This record gives sequence, C-alpha cells and structure tokens, in this order.
Amino acid sequence: MADAAPPSKSRDLDKLLLRPGNLVGPSFEPGVQLRDDLQEYAKVLVVGAGGLGCELLKDLALSGFKNLEVIDMDRIEVTNLNRQFLFRLEDVGKPKAEVAAKRVMERVSGVNIVPHFCRIEDKDIEFYSDFNIIALGLDSIEARSYINAVACSFLEYDSDDNPREETMKPMVDGGTEGFKGHARVIVPGVTPCFECTIWLFPPQVKFPLCTLAETPRNAAHCIEYAHLIKWDEGHSGKAFDPDNPDHMKWVYDEAVKRAELFGIPGVTYSLTQGVVKNIIPAIASTNAIISAACALETLKIASGCSKTLSNYLTYNGVEGLHTKVTEFVKDKDCLVCGPGVLVELDATVTLQKFIDMLEEHPKLLMSKASITYRGKNLYMQAPPVLEEMTRSNLSLPLYDLMDKVPKDILHATGTINKDNKKSSGLRKLRVNFKGIDGVTDMDMAGGA
Amino acid sequence: MAEPKTKYDRQLRIWGEQGQAALEKASICLLNCGPTGSETLKNLVLGGVGSITIVDGSKVELGDLGNNFMVDESSLGQSKAKCVCSFLQELNDAVKAKFIEEHPEALIDTNPSFFSQFTLVVATQLVEESMVKLDRICREANVMLIFARSYGLTGLVRISVKEHAVIESKPDHFLDDLRLNNPWPELRGFAEAIDLNVQDPVAHKHIPYVVILVKMADEWIKSHGGSLPSTREEKREFKELLKARMVAMDEDNYKEAIDASFKVFAPRGISSDLQQIIIDSCAEVASNSSDFWVMVAALKEFIANEGGGEAPLEGSIPDMTSSTEHYINLQKIYQAKSEADFLVIEKRVRNILKKIGRDPNSIPKATIKSFCKNARKLKVCRYRLIEDEYNNPSLPELQKYLTDEDYSIAVGFYILLRAVDRYAANFNSFPGQFDGGMDEDISRLKTTAVSLLNDLGCNGLTLTEDLINEMCRFGAAELHTVAAFIGGIASQEVIKLITKQFVPMSGTYVFNGIDHKSQLLSLY
Repeated sequence: MADAAPPSKSRDLDKLLLRPGNLVGPSFEPGVQLRDDLQEYAKVLVVGAGGLGCELLKDLALSGFKNLEVIDMDRIEVTNLNRQFLFRLEDVGKPKAEVAAKRVMERVSGVNIVPHFCRIEDKDIEFYSDFNIIALGLDSIEARSYINAVACSFLEYDSDDNPREETMKPMVDGGTEGFKGHARVIVPGVTPCFECTIWLFPPQVKFPLCTLAETPRNAAHCIEYAHLIKWDEGHSGKAFDPDNPDHMKWVYDEAVKRAELFGIPGVTYSLTQGVVKNIIPAIASTNAIISAACALETLKIASGCSKTLSNYLTYNGVEGLHTKVTEFVKDKDCLVCGPGVLVELDATVTLQKFIDMLEEHPKLLMSKASITYRGKNLYMQAPPVLEEMTRSNLSLPLYDLMDKVPKDILHATGTINKDNKKSSGLRKLRVNFKGIDGVTDMDMAGGA
Repeated sequence: MAEPKTKYDRQLRIWGEQGQAALEKASICLLNCGPTGSETLKNLVLGGVGSITIVDGSKVELGDLGNNFMVDESSLGQSKAKCVCSFLQELNDAVKAKFIEEHPEALIDTNPSFFSQFTLVVATQLVEESMVKLDRICREANVMLIFARSYGLTGLVRISVKEHAVIESKPDHFLDDLRLNNPWPELRGFAEAIDLNVQDPVAHKHIPYVVILVKMADEWIKSHGGSLPSTREEKREFKELLKARMVAMDEDNYKEAIDASFKVFAPRGISSDLQQIIIDSCAEVASNSSDFWVMVAALKEFIANEGGGEAPLEGSIPDMTSSTEHYINLQKIYQAKSEADFLVIEKRVRNILKKIGRDPNSIPKATIKSFCKNARKLKVCRYRLIEDEYNNPSLPELQKYLTDEDYSIAVGFYILLRAVDRYAANFNSFPGQFDGGMDEDISRLKTTAVSLLNDLGCNGLTLTEDLINEMCRFGAAELHTVAAFIGGIASQEVIKLITKQFVPMSGTYVFNGIDHKSQLLSLY
C-alpha cells in the first residue's frame, strides 16, 4: 500500500534524492544520507549578487543546499529593481551581497549564507578552493575569465597527463542579454573551460576614432565623440565617471550639439547612458530561466541525481522559443585548464629572476606576478604587509623555496598583457628543474 | 518623480514605453500558486504588470516551504494565495495584487464567466480535464491563456490563443531593405549625381556602398541585356568589377560593397512568409475584421499596385562608411520614399475602413506607420484548442518525434504528462506520489501510456522503461529549480503576448531537465 510520508520541508526534493533512478549520474547513491550530506557538507559559492546571483541564491537555498557564500563588489541601484527581486527601493546604496544573503536567510530557514562585499581578486586562491562548486552569475568576460582561471588552477594532472578527479573544481556559468541567455557546466579537465571557448564571447566592436572625429553618421557616433574625445579636451586630466550624473549630462549636452551640427537625429539621454555605460538590457524572466538551469545543474553535480548538461545550453526567446544544447570540446593546449605552462629552470634561478622571466615568457606575458606554491605565499605584491613578509624570498633560489622538488606546480597571479590589453589573471606553471630529475627523488625519499 | 521610469530602464530598452504601457494595463489571473505559478508571477510583478489575481484554495504546508520562496514559516496553515500575494506585493507596490481563496477547478466548473475580466490567464499545475475546460472558456471569452506545468524534471508550457498578430516582431538579424536590386528613381538619381571616379582619394573612400552598388548594378544591366548578375560566375565577375574600382587597399566602402553585393543579386519582391499572410483568408476583410487584417488588406493592395511587388519601404539604413553629408542625404532619400509609401497605405486603409462600414479614422496614424515600418516582419500565430490537439494530434509529426533520437525524451515526457493525468483520474493519485508500491505504479503507468498511445493511433510505439521509471520517481514533485525555469519561460511568453512585441512560441514546449534537450513539439 502507498503511504503518505510524514510532513517534511524536502517533500518534493526527496523524490529525487531518496529514490533510485536509471537516468542518473554515475556516482548517484540515493538515500537520506545523500540529502543530509548535501545539507551538511556541500559548499557552494555564488559569484555575483545581481540579476543571476539573486536567483541563484534563492534556487540553491531551495535545492537542499545549506552552506552558501556570495561575493559581489557592487551596491544596489534603482535600475536593478526590475529583476533583482531580493532588493527593495530602501536598499539602494547598500552592498548587494549583504542584502541578498540576509533576504534569503530570512525566508528559507536553516540556510546559512556568508556575504563577501569585495572584488573577486581581493580573495586569495585558498578562499576559492574551499567550495565544492562555484556558480557564476556575472556580466563581464574578464570576471568569468578570472574565476575560471582560479578554479582551473586547482586542477592537477597525473604523470600520464590525465586530470585527477579529486582536484576538479566544477563551475556552472550563466549569462543573459535581453531575451537571450546561456547556461553551461565547466568541469576543468573534462569539459572545455571558459578560456577554451573564449571565441564564443567576441570583444565588443568599437567605433574608429576617425569616424567619431570626422564623419559621424548616427547618434551613437555623436555620443562617443563627446565621451571619448570632447571630454578630455574640456576636462584637463579629470577622469570621466559614468556614475556621476553631472558628467553624463555634460556628455549628453555635447552629443546633442554635435548631432545638431551634422543634422543627425536620435540623441537622447537614455541612449547616451546606454552607449557610454554599454548597458545590456536585462529582464527578470531570462535571468530566472538561466539561473534555474544553473542551479539545477549544481544540484545534479553535487548529488548525481540526474545526468548533467553536456555542456552548453543556449536559450533564445526573441522569435519563438529556442533552446539548444551544444557539446563543445576542450582545447588540448589551453593555457588555463591544460596541464599548465611548462617552465624549465636551472636550480640556481632565484625567485626574483623567475618573476622577471614571466614577463618575457611568450605564453604568459605576466607582469607584477605574485607566486604561491601549494598554498604557501612565496612572494606577494600586495598587501604591503605580505609583500614585506615575503620580500626576503626574492633572493633565494626557487628550487629551495619549492622544497627541492624537481617537478611541480606553481601558481602565478598578476597582470596579463594580451593584445595591448591588461587584465588580472592567474596561470598554472609546471616548473621543471633541469638536470636533477630522479636523483632528487631519491634524496626526497631518503629524507622523508 | 522619475523613480518608476528609472526602475524599468533595463527593460524599457527592450520593449519601450509602448510595451511598458501595455504591461501596466494588463490584468493577469494566476491559477495555483505553487512555485511554478509564484515564479511566473514574480517575474511579471517585477516588470510592472497592471494587476494580478491569484486563485488558489490550498493552505501552506511544511512541504511548500521547501520549494516556494513566496511562503515562509509564518505562512504555515494560512491561505497560500494570501501569503504569495502579500510577498509579491512587497516586490512592486505599483501592481494591484489580490487573491481568491478557492480551488481553480471549482471556479472553472461553477463560474466560467469569472475569467472574462482578465487580459490573460496563467494556468499552472492543472490536469488535462481542467485544462480542456478552461481552454474552451478562455477561447470563447477571447482571453489569452497560457499553461505551465512542472513535474519532476519535466514540464511544459503551452500558449492557447485563437490568433496573435504581431507587428513589432523585432527579429535579431533582419537586413534593411535597401532596394539595391530594384532602386526607385530618386535613389538612382542620387547615385547618378555622385562620381565614382572622383580624383580626391578622401572623397573616393567616403562614397557610401549603397551608391557604389546602385551605379555598378546599373552599369551591369546596361551591358547585360537588362538583367542583374544571376549565375555564380556572373556574381564573381561583378565582385571583381567592384574590386577593380578600388584605388587604395584601405577603402572600407568598397569592402562593404563587396560584402553587400548579394543584396544586388537577391530576388525582388516579398518573402514567402509575407506572401502567406496576404493570401490568408482573413485578408478578405469585413466589418468585424481586426485592425491588423484591415492593414494587411491595404498592404496587399499596395503590393499589387504602387509597390510593384514590393512591400512599403521601411526607410532605415545601416551604418556604413561614408561622409556625413552623403550619409545624411541618403537617409533622407530612404525616409522620403518610406513616407510616400506610408501615405499610400494610409489612404488605402482609410478607404477600406469606409468600404466595410467603419470609421475611416478608427486606426491611428501611428499604428499604420508602425505597420508600414514592420511590413516585412509581420507574424501571425495561431494555436489549436488543447482539446483538438489532444484528441487529434498530427500523427505523422508525433510518429516522427517518437522515432527521432533528439526528440524521443521530450515527446516521451509529453505522452507521460498526459498519461499521469489519466492515471490520476483512475487511481486518485499520481504514480509514485507516495512512498511504497513503486513497482505497481510503474506497471500501471506503463499500461496507461500504452493505451494512450493506442488511442492516438501510435500502435506499436512504446516509451522506454527508463523514462517510465523516471516519471514514477518524480511522483508529481514540483522542484523549485524546474518551477523557476518553467515559470521563467511562461512569464517571458506572457510578456510577448501582452506587449505584442517579439514572437511567442508555437506548439508545446516540453522541458527535459535530464540533459536539457528540451523540445518544441508542433502537433498541429
């Protein structure tokens, strides 16, 4: 006879977590233990507390996760309120991460959410290693790239260059624009990482300066002229601040003047903001769809309760409704999720010399590098206290700093200069000391 | 105070003031406010719909706290409709929110006229019998209806509206109508006045590609007995001629001309989609025709007469390498033609209105203008009654789906979502809804699904054991993430229906939460 189960908050989720199934993940072990482990041990980091982040926190809190953290450097703005449903008008100006965490904890009892009101680069790598899964609700390519590199940096390869499963840090990533969006699963070493398929995010096309200066044809040209050329002429050295309404009004007025001069229609204040701030239209429904897909995949990765998305879902609601799954393939030579960039060194090379080399290395081009080895800071550029503490290492041979291990992984964080663009990045380096292979292995064995 | 406008800034950039005004006028009724319904409404309330009415007769139970964000511990034992309503009100005080504590099924049976007050009804988690009844009621009352259902890792969204005509379909990549293959006299005259052989290199590289192509096409026509390039060889040769006119490597205008030369080769006249619309029987208008079809009738006359086979010109041109002066003048030429075409159509619209006994000025000028600007992008969506689809699905389509690997899981769920309702009608619970007796539920669901397939005429086709097992495992669970996904889709479609912008989905969207290979099934 069928029995009614005793009332439980996880009435619906239990069907998925407690019952066996055939179309499930390979590691699926249904039962109360699984549900409890999910609550007790699974830790998920939500990166971004905006349109996607708010949804993700709610979705994960209602998917059996109890240990969540969220990181976001932004404060709440009025224009967030049409979709970031955890925020109210009176919250404008407060840190997103803090308000979002508080609101979800108020409504979903038993869930603990730790907010981090800071930049993602402000946290050291160890912070990120603490989570089982990282869920990304971001709107910038640079931030995705950074977190991706961090998550991939934990990946280790065995001696046959096969990725070691226990070092994989899975990510789910969502993105939206208007009625369109994507959700993807990244398991470093197994699926393509963000960098393997960076071509999916082509850089934004900018107007040529000569068009702006000489042959403007539309409203956007007039606005960019005011923003990129006229501003600097009129404000010796004062930087343009897109969040300063006086600055925006100035650009708008100048754009109107220019448009009148050339007989070009269509300059409005709203368009000026859109062009200058590169505003991406955003609505609640698309964010809800994409976040839900990401949260569902997070639950599946953590529990194995169903198969997972393999590996890229696109949604387009502009003309009808189209969802499509594409299985992208890994770039074997990816600098980020591959086994790491091989650097061969003499055992005498000092840390300072090594850092200098990274700047010249054609595959790295990294300046101002900070170096960590197995969680230990060898040299940190910042903050000043750490810099001072680690400065003395600079003159020591790297080989010694790496405990005389002839072959191992290092992490370097710094500024990457690629295509004349600077961005903060993290790279995994496979350091190989020349001429001491084998011998040292024996030494190590003897010394242990 | 500018606050409401600022709040909606990010969506106004998508659907504009007009779309927003339509949303703010709309009144939405939600049936059942479990997570699927609550999440659908949440997205609409945030966007600023005019009013919502939540119909749900249930009380909040402990299990609801695990899947619905709109209820919390303090809601236990209270009306779910009331709790959800008060949370939604918190999200946007501009929305008029009310609730009715009643079971939707009862309302459907006893008070069908209740639904006629709404712009649109969102019906969630209804079983087939109620869907069919509600569908008839809404169709009769001319109320838009959308069904949304979450069930374990599957679910569906289905629109039911007799006809939804879209003027502003706003497609993503739609090429401007430049008439390079069919220039009108003023465009040709403008091009003629510009010398392609101008000596000044700066002037040479600032001749807009439109001018280059119009002139070169004319030259070609003169030397080729009046016809444009049509064979692959001719097209290649035409591009070579363009290339030969370049005087420097950095002439972007010539590169643009080469890239756009396919527009010269394109066939003249209207697309087959637009052809379908003008031959639609609704384009034979009568006194009760909608404004849309009156305008289509005028468009049809225009194409056959003044248009010479073409739709009215939209008048917009893309950005292109050009001097400011040439570009602005070119823009003016396109806009003038567009305005002239509009005036002809407007006159025809007024005449038609008079002929069918309506006020000739009953369609505003701005509406006709928008219609003309979007004439090539018109869309008409029609939806079968659920009952018709269920009793009489397109068999060839269904069979095709059942045997197509990409569709097999989605169509399997489509069948099983119907089978569980039959099951529930027979056994008073959904398969796997309660713990214990799973094997029996599985075999009963299998029998039910097989007999359903037989009834549909798909004898011999079966569903996989794995999928049937999975459906029983789901046990009618409403998982939050699935509900948020389905609710997100439903609200997106509601927005498209209300703003009359973009194109709503057709057919039935079946969610496949196992590997996300969801599908849109057209069983028309």
